[in-house]
Amino acid sequence: MNRREFIKIAGVGAGSLAFATPLFDFSKEEILAPDAHPGMYSKRTPTYCEICFWKCAGWVHTNDKGQIWKITGNNDDPHSNGRLCPRGTGGVGMYTDEDRLKTPLIRTGERGKQVFREATWDEAFTYIADGLKKIAEEHGPECVALFTHGSGGKYFGDLIKAYGSKNIAAPSYAQCRGPREVGFIATYGEGVQSPERVDIRDTRCLVLIGSHFGENMHNGPVQEIAQATGKGATIITVDPRFSTVASKSKFWLPIKPATDMALLLAWMHVIINEDLYDKEYIEKYAYGFEDLKAHVAQMTPEWAYGITTIKPEVIRETAREMANASPRVIVHPGRHVTWYGDDTQRLRAVAMLNALLGSWGRRGGYYYPAKVSFKSFPHPAFPKPARSWKDAFPGKYKLAGLALASGICDATVPSSERDCSFKGWIVNGTNLIHTLPNQENTLKAIDALDLMVVIDTMPMEITGYADVILPECTYLERYDNIRVGPHREPTIALRMPAAKPKYNTKPAWWMAKGIAEKMGLGHYFAWKDIEEKLEWELKQVGSSLEEMKRLGVKKFQRDDDDPLYPMEDLDDFEFYTNTGKIELYSTAMEDEGYDPLPKYTAHEEPPYGYYRLIYGRAPMHTFSRTANNPNLTDLMDENSVWVNPKVAQEWDLKNGQYLWLENQDGVVSKTPIKVRITERIRFDSVYMVHGFGHTNNKLTRAYGRGASDADLITKVHIDPVMGGTGMRGNFVTFRFEAGKELSS
Amino acid sequence: MIEEIITSGRMNPEIDPVLHVWGWEIPFYLFLGGLAAGILIFSAYFTLRGRQDELPIAVKWMPLSVPFLIGIGLISLLLDLSHILYAWQLFTNIRWESPMSWGAWTLLIITPLSIAWIAIWMEDIFPKWDWKFDEVKTVVKWLKEQRRILAQILILLSIILGMYTGILLSAFNARPFWNTSILGPLFLTSGLSASAALIAYFSKTELEKRLFTRIDIILIGIELFMIVHLFMGHLAGTQVHIQAAQMFLGGAYTVPFWTFVVGLGLLLPVSLELLELKHKFIPAIVPVVLIIAGNLALRFIVVSAGQASRWLY
Amino acid sequence: MRYAMAVDTQKCVGCNDCVVACQTENDVPIGHCRDWIVEVTTGTYPDLGLEIRSERCNHCANAPCVRTCPTEASHYAAGGIVLVEEDECIGCKACITSCPYDARFIHPEGYVDKCTFCIHRVEKGQNPACVSVCPTHAMIFGNLDDPNSDISKAMATRKWKSLIPEAGTEPKVFYLL
Repeated sequence: MNRREFIKIAGVGAGSLAFATPLFDFSKEEILAPDAHPGMYSKRTPTYCEICFWKCAGWVHTNDKGQIWKITGNNDDPHSNGRLCPRGTGGVGMYTDEDRLKTPLIRTGERGKQVFREATWDEAFTYIADGLKKIAEEHGPECVALFTHGSGGKYFGDLIKAYGSKNIAAPSYAQCRGPREVGFIATYGEGVQSPERVDIRDTRCLVLIGSHFGENMHNGPVQEIAQATGKGATIITVDPRFSTVASKSKFWLPIKPATDMALLLAWMHVIINEDLYDKEYIEKYAYGFEDLKAHVAQMTPEWAYGITTIKPEVIRETAREMANASPRVIVHPGRHVTWYGDDTQRLRAVAMLNALLGSWGRRGGYYYPAKVSFKSFPHPAFPKPARSWKDAFPGKYKLAGLALASGICDATVPSSERDCSFKGWIVNGTNLIHTLPNQENTLKAIDALDLMVVIDTMPMEITGYADVILPECTYLERYDNIRVGPHREPTIALRMPAAKPKYNTKPAWWMAKGIAEKMGLGHYFAWKDIEEKLEWELKQVGSSLEEMKRLGVKKFQRDDDDPLYPMEDLDDFEFYTNTGKIELYSTAMEDEGYDPLPKYTAHEEPPYGYYRLIYGRAPMHTFSRTANNPNLTDLMDENSVWVNPKVAQEWDLKNGQYLWLENQDGVVSKTPIKVRITERIRFDSVYMVHGFGHTNNKLTRAYGRGASDADLITKVHIDPVMGGTGMRGNFVTFRFEAGKELSS
Repeated sequence: MIEEIITSGRMNPEIDPVLHVWGWEIPFYLFLGGLAAGILIFSAYFTLRGRQDELPIAVKWMPLSVPFLIGIGLISLLLDLSHILYAWQLFTNIRWESPMSWGAWTLLIITPLSIAWIAIWMEDIFPKWDWKFDEVKTVVKWLKEQRRILAQILILLSIILGMYTGILLSAFNARPFWNTSILGPLFLTSGLSASAALIAYFSKTELEKRLFTRIDIILIGIELFMIVHLFMGHLAGTQVHIQAAQMFLGGAYTVPFWTFVVGLGLLLPVSLELLELKHKFIPAIVPVVLIIAGNLALRFIVVSAGQASRWLY
Repeated sequence: MRYAMAVDTQKCVGCNDCVVACQTENDVPIGHCRDWIVEVTTGTYPDLGLEIRSERCNHCANAPCVRTCPTEASHYAAGGIVLVEEDECIGCKACITSCPYDARFIHPEGYVDKCTFCIHRVEKGQNPACVSVCPTHAMIFGNLDDPNSDISKAMATRKWKSLIPEAGTEPKVFYLL
């Protein structure tokens, strides 16, 4: 229908309506009664979201009865720009979920069996303090590690640092973004950080390699992609799956999985050979261009075609597309990049490609984020631990910048090679059973522990293995540290309770302080309560708790000598690398014995009848964390396995049928999964959303729904550079009956 | 391949994945409405033709069932209402565009009229009947005088009622299978056929039995003709109508419809009735049970299939 | 005044935020929804197309639900917004069967419920909850009678479609292509 016809029809519509029924029925002007809409008189308190690490600031609205009603974004927040993602909007469900952990629990039977007794907080703290003291006496405090994901981790981090350990690991490093940070640090002397320093808003060309924004609802980039494409930016998506963002892209490169490195090298080849690179920029800032040129000289698009199945002309065309947009082009580094074990090198290639295009430090490329310099409440100096987790891996993972969750897990499994293995774990808000690859190994490690403490809001699988479970209240019911994230402009954001904690749940700060006091470490938590701590800290940056309660988010000015785009605004710039330049040829890698220029290595391919297991996100879930959220499970309560119609035909699969997946090692998914036959996945791969297949029946909505890809990731390709756990080298086939009787 | 899916987990009860808001209550209500209409039409029609003494079952006895049929029908309708405490809102206004509204009003009017109609015949069928109160006697006497007018009104209202049971459905253009004006006449004919079969079954005289058997045969013939037309109309329609028809021509409803409605509900009883007319012995109960069952099946299947048929986009 | 909504299928990523926002804003009971996301994939790998639509009641100008309602519970409110008056609804479900978009459902309390275009917000000059929350700004709400409104401009300059216009409902939710 065109515009003219529309007017015609609309006119007729309005006319006939006026005849049939009054269009403006003012008697029914529909001013709804206040009680019909609880929000008419609502109160709002500031928060920042805890459902993913993006930590968008928003407002929690409570109705006249003081009940939490809805959560909306804070307009002043650069993370959310006033709009939360579905998970943030559905955060209410974290609060209302009736399956929440409700009171401290202490184990009364063996690990893995859910035999607990309810305990008082004092009992729980005493149990933990005694356990920690015993480990310190027998093995040394360095044998305790903290796994954490989320805001409360800061307090437990301080607790174990005060206790004498610095083994603090987040699975978000070795299982997620670690290789990216290492690859970029090796190139630019700085990592990509979180939130990513990509200037998508102003870019003209965005290249996504395996990133599926839109399904991955990282709020900032999703918003900015829409903004940029609205202004005419093009997207180039490289993905074996026709992702949502692939459908919005000018170019979709349906690459053969595990061959991205060849594509990146071929792109560099084209850009160098066709003289498309930013010569001035490279000359001024880069080190090792000639080495790179020689390195990629033979890596033609024709060479890459044979590997990637992407046609040479498409490789050339997309390379030119990037160069045309240069420097306002972003070859996005992605976030979850632990795929094939050579991930640091692949991310190096991404970093180098960006350098050739001159996008680092430029508008529409990579900006330089700024952060408020924020002083924490003073505490005595922490004791210096004698050892760290790295001692367990002499000569390995030399460029790992942060502790490896998987490394600590490995170093917990008793071994004759190590004199001390880990004896105590504190697990805060991360469901290691699903997060770490190779579950069997994780369970072995847990078995060897003397003490395992789990802090969570939900009875995740990991809680079943704990000796003590501490129920945390949700982010809507507590204070946490001030959010001090890096962004285009420095901001701070406050989270405060919108309602009293439900059940017998408590905030992390209260728990950490309580345990510390029980252990005689109370002086490290010298504040009376969190409000006193925050008040002091806010005062140092010229704000106050009262002001932050009113604003939620406070913006600060950037320093004048710290421009957003230093490669545009500064005459001179020294990078934090050995050469002070952007290292196309990495001296740091060379020094540690790794390839200074990334090489293509062929990865294993699925055997006949098997398909590469690719996993990803759904926009309404953050993996396990939201798997039982009533609002979000209402949108998606199970995952499905995406199968190409050709494969489905071969196996005679029907849409919607349930089956089991079995991997190359004979491991079968614990739960069945629904088949989705769709053209959107390559014939050599299957796809599923991570975070389903929960086996803890205390999660009433998530229990047994869908399958867990983590069950099937038993082969892990470790990145030699930094210990990342490559998880995309697993292959699955279909099974039509449950695992047990056949798989043994 | 076109893959169209709802990705937000929409599962509104009784709406998803296939509409099924109307269960047994509505088709049962439609059946009883059609039956009541059929009985009243025959009774009133043969009264106007002056054959009340010749055809006592049809004219005088059968209407006795009408208030019960309508009553049970209304109860089924009420059972279907999900906001039943507000049911009185039905009678706060008349909405001509809404078959549900004028259907309710028709029933509201036809119920007392059917009781009045019964009153006219009470003394005929129960010779010892005594109205006891003089006021009632006066009213009944007045009614008897108005018999012809009452019969005419009843015929009109009953046709409306019988048609309404189909039009209620065909007014929904959102459901392509229902969206054919033939449903009204079809349901009316079907209701007439069921009542004719019942009259034939209960009739004591050969005359009445043969007359209504013959009427029933003709009605079933018309029904079959209309069913063929229903599908011809759909098949000559738009894509959605063609797809709606295909649910019966190879699709999910093919076996139940052609077996229970057309085979066992129309063709078999009509054959038995033809044999009956040729004085072959057929247990009288058989055709009438088949016809009633076929009548019910028709409405159940049409109500279900209509909800399953939809526009594509 | 004619309120309408346009959903930009170029921008919509099908994230479901509109669905959650509606649910919390309007206290829609879990297990029910007033809006939803449809994804349509066409073609054969690797030549594929994907259209994503955030759908809801179309607030039709010729609304079959209003027509078939026996009690006037379903009615046109200001600006042509189609609403259900809870206290007049008997739950006969005629409106549900008459809606070609399956946009209505039975509220657990018995009455029929559906999208209200967040009239309680619109009256205060705010956008409906789904529009105000959309991370990609994929939705535009406004008055078609005002040629300067964002929606009128978008409809004038962009190609668009509505859903099943051939059903004669004159829908007022449009999809920018």
